Amino acid sequence: MTHESGINRETVPKVGRNFRIQWEPAQDAYVLLYPEGMVKLNQSAGEILKRCDGAANVGDIVADLESTFNAQGLEGDVIRFIELAVQQKWVE
Amino acid sequence: MTDPAEASVAQNAAAKIGPPLWLLAELTYRCPLHCVYCFNPVDFAKHEDELTTEQWFRVLREARELGSVQCGFSGGEPMLRDDLELIVGEAHRLGYYTNLLTSGIGLNEKRIDALKEAGLDHIQLSFQDSTREMNDFLSSTRTFDLKRRVADLIKSRGYPMVMNCTIHRHNIDHIEAILQLASDIDAEYVELANTQYYGWAQVNRDQLLPSREQLERAERITNEWRATHGNKMKLFFVVPDYYEKRPKKCMNGWGNIFLTIAPDGKALPCHTARMLPGLEFPSVQASSIREIWYESEGFNRYRGTGWMKEPCASCPEKEIDLGGCRCQAYMVANDPAAADPVCDKSPLHGRITDVVALAQQPGNPAQSKPLIYRGPKESLKLDRPF
Ligand code: SF4
Ligand code: SF4
Repeated sequence: MTHESGINRETVPKVGRNFRIQWEPAQDAYVLLYPEGMVKLNQSAGEILKRCDGAANVGDIVADLESTFNAQGLEGDVIRFIELAVQQKWVE
Repeated sequence: MTDPAEASVAQNAAAKIGPPLWLLAELTYRCPLHCVYCFNPVDFAKHEDELTTEQWFRVLREARELGSVQCGFSGGEPMLRDDLELIVGEAHRLGYYTNLLTSGIGLNEKRIDALKEAGLDHIQLSFQDSTREMNDFLSSTRTFDLKRRVADLIKSRGYPMVMNCTIHRHNIDHIEAILQLASDIDAEYVELANTQYYGWAQVNRDQLLPSREQLERAERITNEWRATHGNKMKLFFVVPDYYEKRPKKCMNGWGNIFLTIAPDGKALPCHTARMLPGLEFPSVQASSIREIWYESEGFNRYRGTGWMKEPCASCPEKEIDLGGCRCQAYMVANDPAAADPVCDKSPLHGRITDVVALAQQPGNPAQSKPLIYRGPKESLKLDRPF
């Protein structure tokens, strides 16, 4: 599956250089931290982003999520989210 | 033993108040610069005490336990603390995202390497203007060339950089050159923050407030830059609230997410709140961060909307702005529980529009008063909270 953004199963996404993702018990959520800012991530965003480690490709991430959450057909959602994350520079 | 019913009531009350997600550690009020818009209290020279390294460690630990995660180190000039690297290191170990807000003075190769080693995440560098002459005039120092070198140093160590420039009547017409400077030094984020009138900026307000024409021009140029230069640099342009009809939701709500610890350990909902009369703010020297955040009168007084008077109490917009800024209400309306006079529903809104009207008359006597530079001597001489 190819998208206009060029993100496909082979793409290896990595959390952006100026961002850090971390689990925050007080907020019961993953948060994305950057200079003087913070985004609280919803569950699926958090689960996708924490897998963007610069080693796994999109295919690996989808497979991992599908097996962890016992779900299927997540590829479209994952690619759409990564596209958005690239626009926001959360992912490079 | 505590009654379980009572304990659960207390817990519920605490549960409604969110954690202090942002911690601002003002490490010192000392500063080698003398900015005319400095946001420190006008009477800062009376509060010389500073927390020790160990006391800062405890503040960091206790706030982190409550959920603080963004941590800013500011001042004054935080580089004046010899233990800055230790404090940043501890914050990093505890899991904070660490931001250093500096004028750049004192940031040399040795210290930037030590800070990197300690785990510092980001540096915000402030400039006073785009040229050596204006920068040095506005800060009353010779620091422009040094700041340029510091900017290179910051980039050479791979830091993301926010360039901050406080905007006012005397530099707003240089906005293009300021943007060019930001681009030359390769800043990722640029804050063109119009002066907000607290602290020393309030002392110099008539001389600093720009005219409407100046503001509109600056905003237009910023928008054009955004349109033509892509999003390599993220630009923030903050309008002075004197030109608005509704106040800002100050600090995103009193005691809502921000916790400031002043150099001497006073805990404040905002770094200017120490001026408010009739309110005792707790000190970290005597109380835990948990007691301060959830239980102190200082933090509870203006939380939510229960404290409001008219016109805020019955206003349909009260949840949107929470009545604006308590310090501005005190400074302009002489009552910290009044509506922020920036709001045009405030009966005292005329006090704001009078000042704005004055700013449209170039060369009027109020504007030509000499600027008062921030400094310990002036602080003691003025001897007033704002
Ligand atoms: S505003 Fe200027 S004088 Fe005030 S603390 Fe910052 S650098 Fe120092
Ligand atoms: S009256 Fe008070 S609550 Fe209503 S908009 Fe004005 S400041 Fe906000």
